[in-house]
Amino acid sequence: MTTATGKARFGVVNFPGSNCEKDTLYVIEKVLKAEVDEIWHKETSLKGIDVLVLPGGFSYGDYLRCGSIAKFSPIMKPVIEFAQNGGVVIGICNGFQVLLESGLLPGALISNSSCKFICKDIFVKVERNDTPATRGIEKGAVLKIPIAHHDGNYFCDEKTLETLKANNQIVLRYCDENGNVNQEANPNGSISNIAGICNRQRNIFGLMPHPERNAEKILGNADGLAIFEALAECRTFDS
Amino acid sequence: MPDSQRLLKADAGTIMPPFMETKITLETALEHGLTEGEFAKIGEILGRWPNIVELGIFSAMWSEHCSYKSSRVHLSKFPTSGPQVIQGPGENAGVVDIGDSYAVIFKMESHNHPSYIEPVEGAATGVGGILRDVFTMGARPVATLDCLRFGEPSHERTAYLVSGVVKGISSYGNCIGVPTVGGSTRFHKCYNGNILVNAMNLGIAKTDAIFYGSASGIGNKIMYIGSKTGRDGIHGAVMASDSFGDESESKRPTVQVGDPFTEKLLVEACMEIFEKNLVEGIQDMGAAGLTSSAFEMADRGGSGVTMHLDKVPARETGMTPYEFMLSESQERMLLVAKPENEQAIKAVLGKWDLEAETIGEVEDHGYVKLMFNGELVGDIPVAPCVAAAPKYDRPRKRPKYLDEAWRFDCSSLPQTDIEESFFKLLSSVNLNSKRWITEQYDSMVGIGTVDGPGGDSAVIRVKGTKRAIAVSAGCNERYVYLDPERGGKIAVAVAARNVACSGAKPLATTDCLNYGSPEKPEVMWQFAESIKGMAKACEKLGVPVVSGNVSFYNQTGDTAIYPTPMIGIVGVLEDVSKAVRHSFQNENDVIFLLGETFAEIGGSDYLKTIHGADAGRPPAIDLEKEKALIELLQELSKESLISSAHDISEGGLLQTLAESSLGGKWGCRVDIDSDMRSDFFLFSESQSRAVVSMPEKNEEKAIELFNKHGVPFNAIGRVEERRFRISINGKSLIKTTVENLRNLFEGSFESAVFK
Repeated sequence: MTTATGKARFGVVNFPGSNCEKDTLYVIEKVLKAEVDEIWHKETSLKGIDVLVLPGGFSYGDYLRCGSIAKFSPIMKPVIEFAQNGGVVIGICNGFQVLLESGLLPGALISNSSCKFICKDIFVKVERNDTPATRGIEKGAVLKIPIAHHDGNYFCDEKTLETLKANNQIVLRYCDENGNVNQEANPNGSISNIAGICNRQRNIFGLMPHPERNAEKILGNADGLAIFEALAECRTFDS
Repeated sequence: MPDSQRLLKADAGTIMPPFMETKITLETALEHGLTEGEFAKIGEILGRWPNIVELGIFSAMWSEHCSYKSSRVHLSKFPTSGPQVIQGPGENAGVVDIGDSYAVIFKMESHNHPSYIEPVEGAATGVGGILRDVFTMGARPVATLDCLRFGEPSHERTAYLVSGVVKGISSYGNCIGVPTVGGSTRFHKCYNGNILVNAMNLGIAKTDAIFYGSASGIGNKIMYIGSKTGRDGIHGAVMASDSFGDESESKRPTVQVGDPFTEKLLVEACMEIFEKNLVEGIQDMGAAGLTSSAFEMADRGGSGVTMHLDKVPARETGMTPYEFMLSESQERMLLVAKPENEQAIKAVLGKWDLEAETIGEVEDHGYVKLMFNGELVGDIPVAPCVAAAPKYDRPRKRPKYLDEAWRFDCSSLPQTDIEESFFKLLSSVNLNSKRWITEQYDSMVGIGTVDGPGGDSAVIRVKGTKRAIAVSAGCNERYVYLDPERGGKIAVAVAARNVACSGAKPLATTDCLNYGSPEKPEVMWQFAESIKGMAKACEKLGVPVVSGNVSFYNQTGDTAIYPTPMIGIVGVLEDVSKAVRHSFQNENDVIFLLGETFAEIGGSDYLKTIHGADAGRPPAIDLEKEKALIELLQELSKESLISSAHDISEGGLLQTLAESSLGGKWGCRVDIDSDMRSDFFLFSESQSRAVVSMPEKNEEKAIELFNKHGVPFNAIGRVEERRFRISINGKSLIKTTVENLRNLFEGSFESAVFK
């Protein structure tokens, strides 16, 4: 899909209880200056989208378990089809939780090790730059991006972790300012400091930090914009 | 013969309406918190005795919480108008023009008693309630601030209350997606049995799309939207109008349970019906639920309403008209719409999976008429019920403790080791970092937060413009206790100064006035005197009061809390890029102390924490000087001359310098010339002062502005990397590192409260 702006066309799903969908739409439209559709959760098809974003928030109040009700939303059927056909899907925070609950990515997000909600700027190290969301960012680069979650503690069994490592599926890891990945820099207890992973084909990406929250200098720094800029280069259905 | 008895006699011959089955006695009225005189007045208004539904309605409408019966006499002293004011007190929230066709809508409210009884739900529904007051007027909420007061950290209940209240605020605010960006948290033993949980919310709206809580247009439909009604919170308003005793725990069932998910849907649904212009009037159902919303809307519209209570969506079966009228179930709104828009509104609410039911009509009879299964079950004239709400000018008496407190002689205090005292203050529970709390709040959602928790004021950008709003909220209750008028003035001055430190022009005020029982003359005196002080400061500083809330009966047994009038002030920055931070920004910047320092230790944190006394007179305040400083701070920002600005308040100059050094790696080296006792100079809480830093090249221009505004100034040092060194007259008093200060400041809250 080629848009007038020459950039990818985005879609942002709005579940009841999403609360970062407007922020994400704002960044894509006003900062990135790309075309974007807001997609209501009751929709049953996706059309003309290059990059689909599942935004942060508390879909369905996060009742039962974060993201577990959203996976039954009508829109998830076409989202899953889109993803399985190679469409680029990114889940931010609650969106990441939805991707895990839907089985599009492996593992689970459990309660932070502090058992408290944590909202603050953290650092993540870009472990690979051959994914749609990190292309163009230097490998090993350290990004300062905020987190805001109660259940962001990534967990999986050992076998899955081995697979993630073997297939290079760990995209972002919590680190300190200087890029050292260690326990002190791990805000929520995530196994192996995992902040974001992708599937083996790399078209599905979930992360706990909120890149839409620091895409503009006025809000502190614009490190998050790099992720949206990378996504803007995606042409899912060009080929 | 008491009035009520005379009336009972007079009433004997009149015809009882059919719905008057149970005879209401004076006893029942007293149980509802009404006085004998008030009961008699109800008889006069109705021309007969009320039935139980009506009695419940009157008791709620005339409760202190809803009627402000003890406070109205004094509240009228506040200035409430100005060219910037679009809507002053009397609506759901105040509305102020911020330029470029935008308005900020804001209010603060208490949820003290529910939060003490059930901290998580009490605090959560406090946030939910204040949000509804704001978005019901057409504004999208953009920021919440919380002013919290807890008992001593060592008190057995404090840790439980702190973690519960913070959890409640965070679970509600984070879920609904409105950032919690500031406020204040302090501890004092006067709150051991009665904590304060005050929540303030602000929203942004276009000036031509503001909605009011008025029921007008005969034939228009009254619609109920939001959650179903249950039996929760019945008589919450009456509970809030009572003192705390041993039986408070048993009132747990009167605390409502919040559902932020539903409220989030309600926000979005309301934004949609506003955008489609489907609404004539709208009001949230807060304290006293359907009762207050129906009466207030009808009163403002000068109309009457007929409501069919059997049509109210109910969560439980078998609910009575009494329960429908007095339930405080959360996440509900009452709105008035033209008949032709009824279906469109239902469609929007349906899209968000919410209830929307037409439950009545606007009529011209001037009554609230309540029907239940076709029968009239309540019939109350609107205007008399609202206008005849009791209004008391209660007796006032200057409390005796003041004489003794004022006799306290600070000059005889022993000189302490400055560094030791400074470290102790910086890590004391009232002055240390509240990061443990603020990091549990989502302070960034909405991508508007330019400056979040921890600074003088929070700065939120107004998307679609270059503007930003700055907001600060808090109060030093010790000052108010020791001198209500001065303390009241200072509460306003500090909030306005904080807003100005970020470069913004202070525009208007909201308040949440927390006091003990108005039936105690000493409390009433504190109330009246502090209002006098606040009113003068609001007048002088050009920040009229546009909304607010009074919370009386904050006492346990006979012991009242310190008078705590929380003040929230909102200001506007024309250019968000000129917002000034409170922390030092560049190496070698010159540091200036603005304002004059006097040996003012009375009521200070130094006196309390180091010398163990709540005594003396709080610092004096000259509102002319305050105004000059506030105007100067704005101009310094506008001319882009300063890199940082931070107000001096609790803890004095050292606390301010320390906080400015904790933003990153920049500390300072300061040397002061002074003849004053060094501990007095460094810990004095003299008002109308601030610390600013700037590159040397701006010095000359800045000094011109200092002189233009007549603000005394002293160049006291420079910003330097990682070190923090203070001396007086060349004598080194403090020599430490930013890292050490950070450890003292950041690490001490959790261990103090949860040891």
